[in-house]
Formats: sequence, structure tokens, C-alpha cells
Amino acid sequence: MMSLLSYFRSQRKNTARVAKERLQILVARERSQRDGPDYLPALQEELLQVIRKYVEVDNEAVQMHLDKDGDCEILELNITLPDQRHS
Amino acid sequence: MARIVVITSGKGGVGKTTTSAALATGLAKAGHRTAVVDFDVGLRNLDLVMGCERRVVYDFVNVINQEATLNQALIKDKRVPGLCILAASQTRDKDALTDDGVARVLKELSEDNDFIVCDSPAGIERGALMAMYHADEAIVVTNPEVSSVRDSDRVLGILSSKSRRAEEGREPIRERLLLTRYAAERVAQGDMLSVEDVQEILGIELLGVVPESKAVLNASNAGIPVILEEDTDAGQAYQDAVARFLGEERPYRFLDVQKKGLFGRLFGS
Ligand SMILES: Nc1ncnc2c1ncn2[C@@H]1O[C@H](COP(=O)(O)OP(=O)(O)OP(=O)(O)O)[C@@H](O)[C@H]1O
Ligand SMILES: [Mg+2]
Repeated sequence: MMSLLSYFRSQRKNTARVAKERLQILVARERSQRDGPDYLPALQEELLQVIRKYVEVDNEAVQMHLDKDGDCEILELNITLPDQRHS
Repeated sequence: MARIVVITSGKGGVGKTTTSAALATGLAKAGHRTAVVDFDVGLRNLDLVMGCERRVVYDFVNVINQEATLNQALIKDKRVPGLCILAASQTRDKDALTDDGVARVLKELSEDNDFIVCDSPAGIERGALMAMYHADEAIVVTNPEVSSVRDSDRVLGILSSKSRRAEEGREPIRERLLLTRYAAERVAQGDMLSVEDVQEILGIELLGVVPESKAVLNASNAGIPVILEEDTDAGQAYQDAVARFLGEERPYRFLDVQKKGLFGRLFGS
């Protein structure tokens, strides 16, 4: 009887698990932003301006991520350039 | 010196006022002199949940503006000795809670109380920041639902960076999680985040789990803090949480699905 029940349960999509995964990613990102140095948003803005001297990119083009590795802080920069076919 | 406890959440409607009323009442019942203060300026509600709305003459802002003394504004609870309520003002002026005014009122309250419970408004604007600023302890009220958990995490960020304790470089605010509107059945079905999930994401100590319960609405309809409804599930969950708050160890009671008859076991999930 129980196995029948758990069979039906496993057929359903476990939305709580999806929620948890999304939250873990989101919370980690938001924490790294707020725990980072105050100059990060300004740095991001200036980097965008510099890049825009050469190519047109949207506001999401520069992604920054701050990580700690022991005593060492690592600033990861991701710059997405526009699709060549459109430029 | 009183300990200042803020009841906060970020997201609205998760159970802060219900919790403020329950905690303050529970603390006073345990013999601690307690004042509960409504910081929700413009949307006074704590008076209704505590059942003293008809006795509000002066409010928090009147005391700040020195239009009334603290003693004139404090409402003594008729059920529990040692408990008093300071109602929020219904003014629309969002700047009515001045830094100095709030500090002065809390200091004065601190002289005659063991605990000051601050019922924070939703959001992360002035009223909420003011309620958090002076806290020694925070109870982060969270529902097992994505936006509430995310907002709770933002509030944790504010508690650790924008509080008086943070500014003065003192020991940080003690932060504890109160998970409310918990439906064990839906957790078992995989539709709702479990208490372990939420704890893992937020990474703070657990103070209690309050089940989703009809008793909460019934109690607020009647103006009775639900913790006084001693034979209800929510009332008992709040009693446990208050006991833990005061350092007692209590097992968790409402985390498992209630046993059902054969029919329920077969079809009710
Ligand atoms: N455990 C619970 N079970 C069922 N209903 C609940 C529970 N806790 C709170 N509620 C209901 O949720 C609603 C909001 O509760 P409450 O006013 O305490 O939230 P709040 O966080 O103070 O809201 P706001 O952000 O507007 O100040 C009320 O109708 C209350 O009865
Ligand atoms: Mg409220």
C-alpha cells in the first residue's frame, strides 16, 4: 500500500525541490553582491562605459562575481559581447 | 536594561504582527515585564490583534512629538500582568519616526521592562529600518515560499550591516528563524519547502515552526493573541517558540503529517 502511494508521489513534479535550487542560486548571488566592496556597482558601471566605446552592449553585458578563496578574494568578470551577425 | 527584539520579515503578510502579539504575551506570562511596540506607522494593526483597539488614546508618534508622555500612551494589557502595548500612529507622514525620537522612547521603555518587542512593518523602508536598528535580537518570520525566503535573506543582510550593533562594532544581533504557515502535508507531497530546506538556505538558528492554522484567524477575530488559545496547534507552537526563546529546549511538534484513517492514508496523500 505504501509503495503504491510513493509511486504516485514520485510521478508528481517535486516543485519544492525546484524552489530550493532556485533560491540557493539566487541567495548566493545576492549575498556575494551585498558582501562585496562598496565600489563594485560603480566599477561595473564604468566598465560598461569603457566597453561601449568599442561595441554596443546592453546593461546585462557585464556580470561580476566576487569569490573568496581562503585569504584571497577573486573578482570574476564576465563580459558578453553581442552576436556578430547582428553587429 | 531591556532586551530589544525585532520581529521582521521583509515580505508583507507573513505573520509578524501575529508573532509580535504571541511573543510579547508569552514573555509576560512567563513573568518578564514586556512592552510591544507597533512600528507600522500608517497601518496600525497590533492593537486589533491584541484586542485593545478601543483603548488607544495616544500613540508612538504622539510620544515622539511630546504630545503625550509614554505612560499616557502605554496600554496595559487586561489579561496578562506586566504586558503593555504602544500603538502605531495612523499618520501618513512616513518621517514621523525620527531617529532621536525612537531612540528616546526605546530608552525610556527600557527602564521599566525586561523585553521590548518591536513589530516591524513589511518592506525595507524607514519604519522597518527603524525597528531593526536598535535590536539586540531578531526573529525573522518566514513562510515556506520563495519570495518570503528571499526577502528574509535580504533582511538578514540589513540586520548585519545597518544596525546599531553593527555601527558600534558590538556583538552582532542574534538572528533566529520562525517559520510560519507551515503545512506539513504539502511538505510531504513535495509542494512546499521543508523546514530543513529553509534553514539550509538562510543558515540561521531555528526558533520555531508554526503550522498553518485556522486558530490564528479565529484568535485575531476575537482580539486574543493566539498563544493564549492553549488548546490550538498554533497556540502551542508559539508557546514552544517562546520557551525556546527563553532558553528552554523543546521538541518540535507540528512537523509531521497528522495520522489519518485508512481512507486518508490511501487517497489523501
Ligand atoms: N500560522 C498561521 N496560519 C494561518 N494564518 C496565519 C498564520 N499566521 C498569520 N496568518 C494570517 O496571515 C495574515 C497576516 O498576518 P499578520 O498580520 O500577522 O502578518 P504581518 O507580517 O504582520 O503582515 P504585514 O506585513 O501586513 O504587517 C493574517 O490574516 C493572519 O491571520
Ligand atoms: Mg503587521
